[in-house]
Amino acid sequence: MNNNLQNAKLEPVWHTNKFIFALIFFLVTLFFFFPFINPSNFQLHLMIMIFMYAVMAQSWNVIAGFSGQISLGHVIFFGIGGYTSSFFYVEYGITPWIGIFVGILFSSLVAIAIGIPMLRLSGHYFAIATLLIGFSFQIIFQRWDLIGAASGLWIPLNWDSPWLTLQFHESKIPYYYIFLIFFLLSYFSIWILYRSKIGFKLRAIRDDPQAAASLGIPVAKYKIIAFVISAIVMSPMGSLFAQYILVIEPERMFDIEISIIVLLIAVMGGVGNVWGPLIGTIILIPLSEYTRIFFGGTGGSVDLIIYGILIMLICIFRPSGLISFFPKKILERKKF
Amino acid sequence: MTNILEVENLSKSFGGIKANNNISFKASSGEIIGIIGPNGAGKSTLFDLITGYTKPDTGGVKFNGKSILNLRPDLISSLGIGRTFQKLKPFLDQTLLENVMIGALATGINLNQARDKALEMIDFVDLIDKRHHFAKELSTGQRKRLELARAMATEPKLLMMDEVTGGVDQKTVPGLVELIKKLNKLGVTILTIEHNMRVIMDISHKILALDQGKKIVFDKPKNVQLNEKVIDAYLGGVNATTS
Ligand SMILES: Nc1ncnc2c1ncn2[C@@H]1O[C@H](COP(=O)(O)OP(=O)(O)OP(=O)(O)O)[C@@H](O)[C@H]1O
Ligand SMILES: [Mg+2]
Repeated sequence: MNNNLQNAKLEPVWHTNKFIFALIFFLVTLFFFFPFINPSNFQLHLMIMIFMYAVMAQSWNVIAGFSGQISLGHVIFFGIGGYTSSFFYVEYGITPWIGIFVGILFSSLVAIAIGIPMLRLSGHYFAIATLLIGFSFQIIFQRWDLIGAASGLWIPLNWDSPWLTLQFHESKIPYYYIFLIFFLLSYFSIWILYRSKIGFKLRAIRDDPQAAASLGIPVAKYKIIAFVISAIVMSPMGSLFAQYILVIEPERMFDIEISIIVLLIAVMGGVGNVWGPLIGTIILIPLSEYTRIFFGGTGGSVDLIIYGILIMLICIFRPSGLISFFPKKILERKKF
Repeated sequence: MTNILEVENLSKSFGGIKANNNISFKASSGEIIGIIGPNGAGKSTLFDLITGYTKPDTGGVKFNGKSILNLRPDLISSLGIGRTFQKLKPFLDQTLLENVMIGALATGINLNQARDKALEMIDFVDLIDKRHHFAKELSTGQRKRLELARAMATEPKLLMMDEVTGGVDQKTVPGLVELIKKLNKLGVTILTIEHNMRVIMDISHKILALDQGKKIVFDKPKNVQLNEKVIDAYLGGVNATTS
């Protein structure tokens, strides 16, 4: 018809930003070689926490940033993941590797069960509902004798087959690599999702559910899909964390603080794109781990106070998150 | 010609207000039907009832002979009814191209095909140079074109437009009118809500005039122009062509 149209059709659907790809390649290489520079146990722990929270914040980003629902009870999928793999190992000796997938299955079912009635609720009602569901899960797990009630589950130690039982007592390095692999897999999958048809439809729902429906998108169904994907991403982190600490209890596995922190990280980094949660994690998790050292114990929740202040500053000066500090040219048109 | 749309005795009240009061009309395949009426006459409500955004109190809607009453908006869209919104609903944080691609994806094609289809629609509404602009960067007139392109990308058999020429720069009106005619030539049946009388008289095969939720007349433009009730309710104003 005309030249402009022909030229436009020659453009790639997705622009590949060489700078971003080089940066990613560089970082991934760095991550793989990190254990070779003899890091301290604390440094390894810090990296493990970064990988774990980066994935959890990404999970939150899927439901909030891609489909526009604010979840305040995201910890339930972490808890379900942790409890499922631990329970199957403690009770039946089933390897946590399988337990992780059973956990994913349970988390997905719970996401569907919650999603069907709750996702019809608009905005803040969904947020409140998830908050309450988060609390009730903690209470249920505190009373549920089968899984140890309030005292939780103690995973029996095993020295013979660390990879099968997913227990490493000598070094944190295997944990480091396991979390790293899960982190890379999760981010790669979400990156693919972001560029997929589902990604387009979810963003449409986030921006305007009524307009999305006018284009034939079944809004409720896609919100549930997003919630399930989010749960699938979150759940393994609970399983792996349980293997990392080997003693799990409802206070820890269903801690509302986890729901809040993943939200803070994602909002601070920037929701609605793949990299925001990672940027938020890289800044907040070291902050929180260092305040813990500095103030002892749980950090006296000083980290939460600092988070609160930071989030206020972000809201005032950078409402779209820290990712907006990147040069506009790179972010423009979502080319990566 | 076959009736693509049959609206039978539709009624809807909001509290005490009868927004739609027993409205019936039929659209034949390939027609352009203009819908007129003063502010609050119930035009947008009628669109919401047909497209499933509001549930009617009583009455029925048939599309291609089948009832679409009480279907969800997305299902109605999938059957082949596209629409735009009076209060525009572009996906603000996405580019024009992405907006229209989402429409194109409704036809079940892959992303590459959706991109090409979207570009054709964007070219059709004459915005190809703006394809990478975010919707929030576009003017009102451009957003209306965006919605048009986006709805068209779903390949509707019936396209319902709520005030496409309202609130835009008067210079762009002739372009929009041409667009509607061009669309209709492609075989799309059109329902268009319009305040601009010159436009409506020019493009419509038939006009449905509403007032206070009631149908006052449904007829050819020249007959509607002469209808006393229409003149009273609508054309009687000081200047009917402005809105
Ligand atoms: N959701 C609603 N709740 C309550 N009242 C409503 C609602 N939608 C429409 N109404 C009322 O119904 C009547 C018809 O409104 P409608 O928007 O259909 O009119 P319209 O013909 O599209 O007017 P306009 O030319 O201003 O767009 C108005 O009195 C309006 O206030
Ligand atoms: Mg209206």
